[in-house]
Amino acid sequence: MNRRAAIARLLGITGTLAIGADAFLSGCSRATPARKRAFSPTDVALMDEIGDTIIPATDTPGAKAAGIGAFMASMAIDCYDDASFASLYDGLGAIDAACRRDAGTSFMSATPAQRTTLLDKLDAEQRATSRRRTDGEAPHYFRLMKELTLLGYFSSEIGCTQALRYVEAPGAYRGDVPYHKGERAWFNPTRRV
Amino acid sequence: MAAEHYDAIVVGSGITGGLAAKELTERGLRTLVLERGRNVTHGVDYTAATTPPWKIAHRGMATRELVAEYPVLRRARLAYEPNAAFWADEHDCPYVEKKPFEWLRGYQVGGRSLTWGRHCYRWSDVDFEANAIEGVGVDWPIRYRDIAPWYDHVERFIGVSGSAEGLPHLPDGQFLPPMELNVVEKDVAARIRQRWNERRLIIGRIANLTQQHNGRGPCQYRDKCWLGCPYGAYYSTQSASLPAAAATGKLTLRPFSIVRELRYDRDRKRATGVSVLDAETQQQIEYTANVVFLCASTFNSAWILMNSATDVWPDGLGSSSGELGHNVIDHHFRAGASGRVEGFEDRYTYGRRPCGFYVPRFRNLGAERRDYVRGFAYQGSASRQEWTRDVAELGIGAPLKAELTEPGPWTIGMTGFGETLPYHDNRVTLDKTRKDKWGLPVLAFDCRIRDNERRMRQDMMHDAAEMLEAAGVKEVRPSDGSYTFGESIHEMGTARMGNDPKTSVLNGNNQVWDAPNVFVTDGACMASSSCVNPSLTYMALTARAVEFATRQLASRDL
Repeated sequence: MNRRAAIARLLGITGTLAIGADAFLSGCSRATPARKRAFSPTDVALMDEIGDTIIPATDTPGAKAAGIGAFMASMAIDCYDDASFASLYDGLGAIDAACRRDAGTSFMSATPAQRTTLLDKLDAEQRATSRRRTDGEAPHYFRLMKELTLLGYFSSEIGCTQALRYVEAPGAYRGDVPYHKGERAWFNPTRRV
Repeated sequence: MAAEHYDAIVVGSGITGGLAAKELTERGLRTLVLERGRNVTHGVDYTAATTPPWKIAHRGMATRELVAEYPVLRRARLAYEPNAAFWADEHDCPYVEKKPFEWLRGYQVGGRSLTWGRHCYRWSDVDFEANAIEGVGVDWPIRYRDIAPWYDHVERFIGVSGSAEGLPHLPDGQFLPPMELNVVEKDVAARIRQRWNERRLIIGRIANLTQQHNGRGPCQYRDKCWLGCPYGAYYSTQSASLPAAAATGKLTLRPFSIVRELRYDRDRKRATGVSVLDAETQQQIEYTANVVFLCASTFNSAWILMNSATDVWPDGLGSSSGELGHNVIDHHFRAGASGRVEGFEDRYTYGRRPCGFYVPRFRNLGAERRDYVRGFAYQGSASRQEWTRDVAELGIGAPLKAELTEPGPWTIGMTGFGETLPYHDNRVTLDKTRKDKWGLPVLAFDCRIRDNERRMRQDMMHDAAEMLEAAGVKEVRPSDGSYTFGESIHEMGTARMGNDPKTSVLNGNNQVWDAPNVFVTDGACMASSSCVNPSLTYMALTARAVEFATRQLASRDL
């Protein structure tokens, strides 16, 4: 984050989803050993599938190929405050339970269509709760999962170089170039949030 | 053992210390530069400068550990793992906040010249005369004509890209070709000018090179300046002044050297040298010199003065005026407006421009009198939204992915940087009950903005919104994102220049009235703040003071 990025975020000119704007703010201690062991390989596999439902493989690889499950785990362990960590962690069980209730099967065995239906519903739910959330209340778990998926995917090598475009040293600035619908956006490392 | 002697000692190696070293050595003085922090070698120690985004730890988000280590940096929204090593260790170097204050320090060779915002604007006589006209603080002992040649001198050396605009209150300089406003910024600029002929939206004037300059650069448009630039394309101590100083063969640089105090000869009324604490070995070392330049950053230069000559003045060298540590200034900022721009969907940008646009001050010029004095300027930018944008109608899945892989709508925003008045009781003091890692007393901060600044912030929001609306921008949102003193990292004051030793710490050549061979040329010397980014003015004052000092030394007047 630099000064200009901080100002851009303040002004909301980079978008309104504001990845992790809540969850990342209030961390204040080292990750506990218990936290470091919190996510099992099964949890990581589940997060891979959740992420891949949010950002699936299309003409470019999806979030699972970008290692989203491991990314979500490490970000929650190292960066999240306790309330957000608990929200995300408990959300994994909640998603599986909701899937069993709605589709009669675990999330891991659900079809892509069943997964999408469920997560679409959860996305609507997180939107509604985020609007009325009060200070200090942990964000809805699906908001956290979606934020981490977008951040983890678009800043990954696959995200930067296949879904988006990235050059390390552009060598020039041009302030007015033609754009045709369908062309990929440039990844900008300056403004993440 | 006799103390090692130099012609000149420079305390600090940041934006002014680096330049002082270059100017002193080029004028033939054997110069010792004392830096309290570690060495940072150009290129070599820019450890994350070329790391691809996907290899940046936690993709740049702050970890709990980082937040615990850098709570003030976190408050200022600047905690960023890849450049955390360019900021002072907050646990080793505590300070006291009598009122909230964000003190953001760079304790290493290069100081904050590695991380600065690089905007460079000249002052004009509107700024230099304001105190006298309004009866605020003390009159500046200099005017624009005194500093103009030194602006030229510094700009030619550091390289400033920008556009000549012919504005009397924002004088043009020795510019390299300007960077480009983008298509939306140009459109907004034209519409603003159509409505208000006196208002301009121009490209930022920044110390980034748009062409080769003195063997450096040019800018590669990576927009990663705050990680250190391996191309040397922005001005820093490392990229420009240290190599120039080293080339003279007259430079000695000593990192890990905390200057505890100036040694003072009360009979000759001169400093004889400095006493240094080695930050690693705790050894005390003495150095002597004919002149000392304090360039330790605003508050640390004041701290050194407060700890010097206390046998003569209990509150330190320069305290005879009653002004040492007083009149702390910072630019209040984070009030402005933003909005969505319609159209231009078939236009885009290439490359990552390392600056935004600038709207020079337009309030309280000429005959206008608002309900506050002084003025503000804006910085901002227009860009297409990125993958971070919310797309409410697309929840998840392939449609969301497809949308976010393309650039979004254009948005534009700007935030004001406002002049803060020099209030006598905005001050720093020594708190002898609190000690840092080396057992040295720490500074306590007692500063706040007042009604003049609060009224100005209303205009900062309102005027930004009005200009954007006049330019056809939609959904314009004025905002005051709140401001904490110190947060803009433009801290100044504490040892102001003036015409009278009874009311100022320094004279018109940056000499301490009570010790004429001590020059303070960093932000501490400022008697008011203008609303423009201050570093260029500190550098010009530094070069001017060095020229004066070397003349005085030659004629044995010091």
